[in-house]
Amino acid sequence: MTAQPADTRTSLTTVSRETDVPAAAALALGDDALVLSHRLGEWIGHAPVLEEEVALTNIALDLLGQARVLLSMVGDEDELAYLREERAFTNLQLVEQPNGDFAHTIARQLYFSVYQHLLYGQLAAGDGPFAPLAAKAVKETAYHRDHAEQWTLRLGDGTQASHERMQRACEALWRFTGEMFQPVAGLDSVDWTGLEAAWLESLEDVLRRATLTLPEGPRSAPWAAGAGRQGVHTEPFGRMLAEMQHLHRSHPGATW
Amino acid sequence: MVTTTTPLEEELRRLAGSVPDPELPVLTLEELGVLRSVRLRGEDAVEVELTPTYTACPALEAMSLDIERVLRDHGMREVTVRTVLSPAWSTQDITDEGRRKLREFGIAPPRTRTQSGPVPVPLGPTRTLTGPQDPPRTEPDPVRCPHCGSPDTELLSRFSSTACKALRRCLSCREPFDHFKEV
Repeated sequence: MTAQPADTRTSLTTVSRETDVPAAAALALGDDALVLSHRLGEWIGHAPVLEEEVALTNIALDLLGQARVLLSMVGDEDELAYLREERAFTNLQLVEQPNGDFAHTIARQLYFSVYQHLLYGQLAAGDGPFAPLAAKAVKETAYHRDHAEQWTLRLGDGTQASHERMQRACEALWRFTGEMFQPVAGLDSVDWTGLEAAWLESLEDVLRRATLTLPEGPRSAPWAAGAGRQGVHTEPFGRMLAEMQHLHRSHPGATW
Repeated sequence: MVTTTTPLEEELRRLAGSVPDPELPVLTLEELGVLRSVRLRGEDAVEVELTPTYTACPALEAMSLDIERVLRDHGMREVTVRTVLSPAWSTQDITDEGRRKLREFGIAPPRTRTQSGPVPVPLGPTRTLTGPQDPPRTEPDPVRCPHCGSPDTELLSRFSSTACKALRRCLSCREPFDHFKEV
């Protein structure tokens, strides 16, 4: 993911590879950040206004930075990002969902950034191997969460058309939200029940203020059991990976 | 923890600290507060610790290369630049001189308060809400326009040309400007 001559790369140690890092957890968190970063990057050149283009890509950049730190804890970041097969990615299915219309992107941001902000808040409070990154990232995700909440209010409590689209987007992505609270191996200090309760409370509050209705359907389905964290992904993810990995696979070792 | 620094280490730190930030060249790395330590690891080997402003700060690699060049020019054969995340960088780490230079450069410096993170800003009117409450919220510590000094400025976007800045507009002189947002 870096673009610099190979000989300078050796002197820049992003994070020392620690042996006590739970690899599965680093991959799960890193893949969430990487995949959502790529999806947000797809808005480049397509956002409704210039300020929003800058906002979405800034959020994508923050996530990419987090992904680089997390993936580097377990191996070579480029190999992990560009040379793994679909089934080896353990990101949530939520983050791989296509951008859809702007309301879908905002609903996905709302669900994920509230989750990530709360999760990093818990990790930052502990003293595990993810605490330093979480303490840094929690400040960044506070801005992501605020961005998503402000847009949810504006779209939900906007025109009839924006209200309908935002409600539809919240409903459509609801079934991917249950997976977020399945405990991740290696993140033993996290109180997943408390996390879920705090997430629901926050969602209820934002949606109510946005004159939207909290979706009622199941937050996960039997056919989705395990899902992204176990490497089972939805159809659009394969196409996204093909685009993301194509350059690196076609030109191995290319630098610029 | 007490660490003793040798005169050479002080000299190397001064050199590394005087490297300009690649994206905000009016500031040095010392003024930005991202240089954590410079330690000798032998006669002509040195280890430098840098901390990023944001996790993804793309300027970090350019900073590392610049530091490496400056220290090699000063006779160091081996320069290792390490990135450390903890304790997390905060806008409180920007020196007073750094703040003055930012303002002079046309960027409103971060405010020096303890609270960090997004500042709640009331939305304009939506369908069921009439907008900001009356009387208008008076901020105890407003972001001042770096051009005319007016405290009467508004937020255009929480994100701007780089991850660390927000885009604002002055309601007195009408100039848009960047604000180094508080983290």
